[in-house]
Amino acid sequence: MAIDLREQTHEIVAPFEGHKVVLIPALQAVQEKFGYLPEVAMEEIGRVASVSPNVVYGVASFYAQFRPTPVGKKHVTVCQGTACHVRGAARILEAIERALDLKAGETTPDLEYSLETVACIGACALAPTLRINDDTHGKLTTTEIEKLFPKTAKKEETSDS
Amino acid sequence: MEAKLNGEYKILVCQGTGCVSSKSDRITQALENQIKQLGLSKNVHVKLTGCHGFCQQGPIVIVEPEGVFYTQVKEEDVPEIIKSHVVDGKHVERLFYHNPVTGEAIPLYRDVPFYSRQHRLILRNCGHINPEQIDDCLATGGYTALKKAIFEMEPTQIIGEISRSGLRGRGGAGFPTGKKWEEAHKAKEQPKYVVCNADEGDPGAFMDRSVLEADPHSVLEGMAIAGYAIGTSEGYIYVRAEYPLAVKRLRIAIEQAKKLGLLGDNILGTEFNFDIEIMQGAGAFVCGEGSALMYSLEGKRGMPRVRPPRSVASGLWGKPTSLNNVKTFASVPLIINRGADWYRSIGTEGSKGTAVFALTGKIANSGLIEVPMGATLGEVVFDIGGGVQEGKKFKAVQTGGPSGGCLPESALDLPIDFESLTEAGSMMGSGGMVVMDTDTCMVDLAHFFLKFCCNESCGKCVPCREGLPLMIDIMHKITKGEGDLHDIDHLIDLGETVKNGSLCGLGTTAPNPVLSSIRYFRDEWEAHVVDKKCPALVCKSLISFYILPDKCAGCGICLRACPVEAISGGKRLIHIIDQDKCIRCATCLEKCPERFSAVVKVTGEQIAVPKEPVPVGAQ
Repeated sequence: MAIDLREQTHEIVAPFEGHKVVLIPALQAVQEKFGYLPEVAMEEIGRVASVSPNVVYGVASFYAQFRPTPVGKKHVTVCQGTACHVRGAARILEAIERALDLKAGETTPDLEYSLETVACIGACALAPTLRINDDTHGKLTTTEIEKLFPKTAKKEETSDS
Repeated sequence: MEAKLNGEYKILVCQGTGCVSSKSDRITQALENQIKQLGLSKNVHVKLTGCHGFCQQGPIVIVEPEGVFYTQVKEEDVPEIIKSHVVDGKHVERLFYHNPVTGEAIPLYRDVPFYSRQHRLILRNCGHINPEQIDDCLATGGYTALKKAIFEMEPTQIIGEISRSGLRGRGGAGFPTGKKWEEAHKAKEQPKYVVCNADEGDPGAFMDRSVLEADPHSVLEGMAIAGYAIGTSEGYIYVRAEYPLAVKRLRIAIEQAKKLGLLGDNILGTEFNFDIEIMQGAGAFVCGEGSALMYSLEGKRGMPRVRPPRSVASGLWGKPTSLNNVKTFASVPLIINRGADWYRSIGTEGSKGTAVFALTGKIANSGLIEVPMGATLGEVVFDIGGGVQEGKKFKAVQTGGPSGGCLPESALDLPIDFESLTEAGSMMGSGGMVVMDTDTCMVDLAHFFLKFCCNESCGKCVPCREGLPLMIDIMHKITKGEGDLHDIDHLIDLGETVKNGSLCGLGTTAPNPVLSSIRYFRDEWEAHVVDKKCPALVCKSLISFYILPDKCAGCGICLRACPVEAISGGKRLIHIIDQDKCIRCATCLEKCPERFSAVVKVTGEQIAVPKEPVPVGAQ
């Protein structure tokens, strides 16, 4: 598995070799492929960029975009930008946390859902907003959240019966 | 069967990020299908455009030649637009924009007050051209300034013209662009670099993104002119990875410009070479700061360094570098084409030209706007922005992003320019403008901004790394109702220290929201620490929810909706909230049917309710 990852990484990052701008684009390309940055991949990137794995890890951990662990199938990013904040984004996040029984930054053990916050999606006119993978949902209310994350409904059913 | 039409129609569909989020791509598809079905393809053309700016009313569709402006269009509206407007020549009135005050329908784009009061220079082509077709851009005069610069002007002349125009950096700091170019031009070392800062990290700001998405060529042209003036063949655009659409359109634009010999080797048949490479940021707010951005381009951690040397002397890979904002570059072709005198005629004494703002928050017309420097905040908020949403009362406007300041009603007469905003305790910033109404708690908001800056602090220098968390601790105490008056003074002290002692723009401005908030809204801060009240009913520890016994109908809706089972009651029994269990999520307030309106939110008071659920009407 590890060898396979290393080979795959090599294939992805080889084209960057010799370029002026290498490290961050290489990390981005690898994460795009795997959904996260496996340790062996970071070692391989270091080899191509001629820096130690230490440096690669240092850079990867500095930037919010990079993840050292896999992400869920449904990657939920809840906007916490200013426009969303003044239109109640904190309550939306809490409602999702309750519905998924997940804190921001966590992934469900079955890798179904990942929940993250983001500083701004840039769809401020639709505030409050969230994104599930590439789909943006706007003008959210807690009722809308119940529809998007039907687990809440399940909870209600059990408490009703 | 082919319908007979009078003339040609062009249907413009906004494909900016905001409208795409509201599924405008499906509208384009539906329009194309409908046109094909009715055999109208010869006379009716669908054109995708970048952001129109009026995001609140999106998705936006404009039918030309008349310029009829349709708002909040849905896929289902497409057959009617085609059949009624295009075939029968009857406008679809229900999709017109309606003046929110008078209710009057406004059919034409140019008559909508949101647009008619703007002065769109940087946004000149946004929403009018197809950003993925260079021919469209050329038809509006794209790259004519580059031609003029290369064939008719010397590099020093170009720099002279930019200097004389008074153009200042649109990234927020307002450094004179001409001066920066001149220094980069004079620098002897080679290679030099031109870098475009498109790392727009302020939450609630999407000016640069919209320009890149809607009119990428204006930026590329500006960069090429800069390259020619400075004497370099290498350009980089550092753009947020969170802007995939902008990256895609930039890539297309660069490729198309290269094909036509407008970028790359031997531009326009001359010996001038200029190539642009795109680098995507990786989600670090601090990389908007010049030196951090360049370290990031080099593949390092984006931590700012001590200046001098400034980047024009030692920038990217230690070489002379001119770093300018997206909007600065987009302004350059205009100045070259129309001259410094024309540009100088717009704006104020110290700040020339126009300013672009992303107007968001509790504002009726969210969107992207552009006004001449010197316009007042009030004109932007009320005349263009349409005032506060849902007719609520204006409380504050925040400019300059998370490190700007919150200005009160009394500042609405303030002219928008670099100096006035700084003097008032805020700043120009790159163009975020967030409007707050009376439901916004200024303490909570300052807390929010500070947490943002603290998260984004790179940790290099002590005042920012240690000072911001200390400030947050104090604010946390205040929002929990555990603060006292000394805490406010302590915050001011700490804020000043962080401002004075930090190395880069992030630390030196991060305390701004707190300091300006205390300066203008001190009574609200004192309410938190003295009366233990949150007047805007936001800070959770200071508010409570009650079900009014005389209004509760015992319907059980809130009881079932409460996520923590804090509500007791039963059928036709008055419901009661257990204050210890309640997490103040406001679900009950939202769910209680309007005809009962039995749930209230209060601060600093207790409402008498029965101890146990009693039958409705027993009270």
